[in-house]
Amino acid sequence: MAFQDYKPWLGLTGSTWIGWDNFARIFQYKEATQSIYNTLIIAVIKIIVGIIVPIFMAILLSEIRNMGIKKSIQTLVYLPHFLSWVTVAGIMIDILGLDGGINHLLTNLLGIKPIYFLGDPTLFRPTIIISDLWKNFGFGMIVYLAVITGIDPSYYEAAEIDGASRRQQIRHVTLPSMMPMIIVIATLSLGNILDAGFDQIFNLYNPLVYSTGDIIDTYVYRSSLLNGQYGFGTAVGLFKSGISFILIVISYRIAYKVANYKIF
Amino acid sequence: MYYKSKGYRIFSIFNHILLILVALSCLLPMLHLLAQSFSSKTAINGNLVSFWPVDLNVDAYVKTFNNSNFTGSMWISVIRTIMGTFISMFIITTAGYALSKDFRGRNALMWIFIFTMLFSGGLIPSYILVTKLGLKDTIWSLVLPGAFGAYNLILIMNFFKTIPKALEEAAFIDGASFFVIFRKIYLPLSLPGLATVGLFIMVGNWNAWFDGILYMSNTTDYPLASFLQTVVVQGSAQSMALSQSEAAALSEQSIKAAQIFISTLPIILVYPFLQKYFVKGIVLGAVKE
Repeated sequence: MAFQDYKPWLGLTGSTWIGWDNFARIFQYKEATQSIYNTLIIAVIKIIVGIIVPIFMAILLSEIRNMGIKKSIQTLVYLPHFLSWVTVAGIMIDILGLDGGINHLLTNLLGIKPIYFLGDPTLFRPTIIISDLWKNFGFGMIVYLAVITGIDPSYYEAAEIDGASRRQQIRHVTLPSMMPMIIVIATLSLGNILDAGFDQIFNLYNPLVYSTGDIIDTYVYRSSLLNGQYGFGTAVGLFKSGISFILIVISYRIAYKVANYKIF
Repeated sequence: MYYKSKGYRIFSIFNHILLILVALSCLLPMLHLLAQSFSSKTAINGNLVSFWPVDLNVDAYVKTFNNSNFTGSMWISVIRTIMGTFISMFIITTAGYALSKDFRGRNALMWIFIFTMLFSGGLIPSYILVTKLGLKDTIWSLVLPGAFGAYNLILIMNFFKTIPKALEEAAFIDGASFFVIFRKIYLPLSLPGLATVGLFIMVGNWNAWFDGILYMSNTTDYPLASFLQTVVVQGSAQSMALSQSEAAALSEQSIKAAQIFISTLPIILVYPFLQKYFVKGIVLGAVKE
């Protein structure tokens, strides 16, 4: 289909073959290249932030000794992960709106003009990234927290006898012990580099922010299903899958070499 | 020793405050929603509602449950979630059991499954496939395409692999068949894993909205999440079915809030019970020696 001028009423056998034309068009349309660029930016920042913050939070949470407080915090921070983006978008549209809670707070405390977070191209990406982090960091935290609890306490005792402060203990015991897991997760997430989160962006974006917020998946949806360019949409999709596939294979190889990680 | 030092105590206090604030940030939006759903129109329009209802009333809920579009969608979602979870779990556990054994061609099969996880045909080919199979506008278009998830299969398979071989051999000697072993040994022993994967599949089915919009031509056939998408994101007041007099008395926002809250309730209710399982399940699935 990606190599055809696909017409639904002609079907796969009846449509004309046009070779690589659809792929060539990806690089001719400004909107298409823009969406690829946006996807890369958003996905890369999401991956980086999405690895660092959960590690940081897991270390902080492991410092809390009171089991009751620890458990309650855990329960609450995982919760957003299980809400759908439709729900989260509904909440966000409400609290980020011009007369929503956040702006209410900002105008009252800082006396600045209301900000339209979801309609301003310069603010759209940060909003997307922070909200994604809010929704998902608790989930990443589980894994890291498990690694931290699995560290042999005698390492800490030894470090303490050698006079290491808590900060030094974290730097020289906790972080090195977490390293294999961090490497695995970091390399495996390479494969998501063209995945900036369709559900989230589709539910939050609008024509005002296409310039910075339109990603490959939303562009495919609009250009193909809404505008009927089936062959072209498929080509863009295939382009994305192809590159992701290569990246995943490479990253899996790295993870296997560096951390001896195997899927099965 | 370190925890007695002054510096550490100060850190500890800040740490507690920071983490509690973070945790609250995850809870407060839901509370805000809940408060809105119980508040009156004037209070919402005047921006008076924060985390506690103002002019407490349940009109939004009455209206929501009298809206046949909403209840219809909810029913579709319930059926879809039950069917989807059951079918997925059946396929994944049986396939996972078979693939946890060594046999010729196993690795080739595994790579085919993993390939599907990494390399999807994309939006349009999937759409055309589902349409050509005649699944469009039926509940099967929602349940079947996602039923076999390679990721979940791998999780379950890794669980099955941790079960000692000796148990199976002992059962064989006692005359048990593969199916009996599967049912009586493997399934009960991997309960945490099953609960984890089951929860993911359930939540996934309940939350899925895009397939409904894609495959259903009538909005009356939408599952709840797709219905909500039209109300909340596309802001179609028509799907709320408000008459003019009602629109004057009821805030759209409080109806939206009520609908979002009702749709999230099942997840909030199931979640605490399964949490202890999924923490264990994810960790066992992810951390592997």
